[in-house]
Amino acid sequence: MEFAKIRSQPLVWILLVAVILAIVLSFLSPFFMTVGNMTNLSKQVSIVAILAAGQAVVIISGGIDLSVGSILALSAVVIGALIQVDVDPMLATLAGLMTGTIAGLVNGIVITRGNIPPFIATLGMLGIARGLALVITEGVSYQVLVPFFLFIGNSKFLGLPIPLYFVLLTFLIVAIMMHMTVFGRHVYAIGGDERVARLEGIPVDRQKIKIYMLSGFLAALAAVVMTGRLAATPPSVAQGIELQAIAAVIIGGVSFVGGRGLVVTALIGALIMAMITNGLNILGISSFYQQVLIGMVIIAAVWLDNLKTASR
Amino acid sequence: MSQKPPLVEMRHISKHFGGIQALTDAELELYPGEVLGVLGHNGAGKSTLIKILAGAEKANEGAIFIDGHEAHIDDPNDARGLGIETIYQELALCGNLNAPANLYMGRELSKWGFLRKRAMKEEAEKALSRLNIRIKSLDVEVEAMSGGQRQAISISRAVHFDTKILIMDEPTAALGMEESRMVMELTVELKKQGIGIIWISHDIHEVYNFTDRITILHGGTNVVTAPTKDFTQDEIVSMIISGRPIEHSNKANSD
Repeated sequence: MEFAKIRSQPLVWILLVAVILAIVLSFLSPFFMTVGNMTNLSKQVSIVAILAAGQAVVIISGGIDLSVGSILALSAVVIGALIQVDVDPMLATLAGLMTGTIAGLVNGIVITRGNIPPFIATLGMLGIARGLALVITEGVSYQVLVPFFLFIGNSKFLGLPIPLYFVLLTFLIVAIMMHMTVFGRHVYAIGGDERVARLEGIPVDRQKIKIYMLSGFLAALAAVVMTGRLAATPPSVAQGIELQAIAAVIIGGVSFVGGRGLVVTALIGALIMAMITNGLNILGISSFYQQVLIGMVIIAAVWLDNLKTASR
Repeated sequence: MSQKPPLVEMRHISKHFGGIQALTDAELELYPGEVLGVLGHNGAGKSTLIKILAGAEKANEGAIFIDGHEAHIDDPNDARGLGIETIYQELALCGNLNAPANLYMGRELSKWGFLRKRAMKEEAEKALSRLNIRIKSLDVEVEAMSGGQRQAISISRAVHFDTKILIMDEPTAALGMEESRMVMELTVELKKQGIGIIWISHDIHEVYNFTDRITILHGGTNVVTAPTKDFTQDEIVSMIISGRPIEHSNKANSD
């Protein structure tokens, strides 16, 4: 009885997969479980993981956000351009976060007021934000060599790299929002059955706008971490990263139909993807195979999920 | 019948959709603690009349009085504000959420934006036990429950928020026999609490055994409004079809 309850928890399964993968990789290569490699791994995972937290919320609400990679680039470029003209780094960061949040707000308004499906609305924003990033910079990458961003990119606190703290804090706050607040309850209700949510008086449009604002804000937060890591803000950065974020959410077991899944599993999904990439690198296997493998993992994850649902 | 003042009076209600006259001078009275059956074949105007009361449609002419006061019902929220709740045939529940979450959907108990989960669960437990509904675990997703249990949750939600008037639109149409019986037992419970219930159904047998009074609509006007047991089932069916009231000589039970 108790075992059945544990077995039905999606978190348990995905955690098991991640642990087994880590054990297998540490047997295959003595370099996998080293401090250096783990630091590397957590840096690699940080950007996708922060995006995946926002994407998980959007997908649980029954939507999708394809624009996060472009919003990341636009926010980064705003930060870079302001640093270039000697604006205080904290103010520049704030402006970057505002940019991402406003882009998300526009997504939300287009989806709710314009009655345009999220896939289309955010596909449009994917082009608009990337284009604006290129327009602002004329295609040039700004250098960002101020201490604040170098600290984010290169320092450690209590032995752990700073980006990891961004990730953990993001997931902690988003998890609290999703499971303890009225907003989170509404996200699950909207994803479960939007018609019913509306009928029962949930302000569906307002909550949807908040959801896409959150996703835009987290894309900008990822931009802050990215700027620190690269010490620059190339406008072409993070192309196609939205698909990695979506993949992390799906591998984590969040239902693509909406209404079901835990945000934390997206973090583990992102970790699994990063471990595959990292592990194959260490083993000296061509990066071409990595894409094949990750593609197969995505399909396998959903297939397993279908089996679980069917057996219920 | 001891005549309490009516809960609902709908007077001279007319409604047309473009050139189609859906209701002409239709009337409805509902008293506390009674079940009123609204009958008529498709297109007779019964669902239009009910939708006007629930705020889903607006009448072109006529007036609605709630507790003797004229009420203006422009949308479903106005209706709710007056203590009118509707239970639809297609259940308005989110399958991915548990019973307390569904019960409080859109009106969650919260403090500073944080859910008061325990308070909602306790209240839900009370609300369900008040109606003698037994559900094994309140943590289970509603989707995993039977149709009857889900309808029971809809009903307890509908009556939880100071409801005086309950409209039930084919509440048993999607249910099995055992489950229908459970819903009817629930309704009897609500009746005892003094709630006025409007029961719309196509099942004559069910209506006959279950309602206190009936009103039959035909072509958008009332054919007859009377205590259910003034007629036989066959007479009711014939009035639904013909649209002509049957005159009785043997009104045995004087009210």
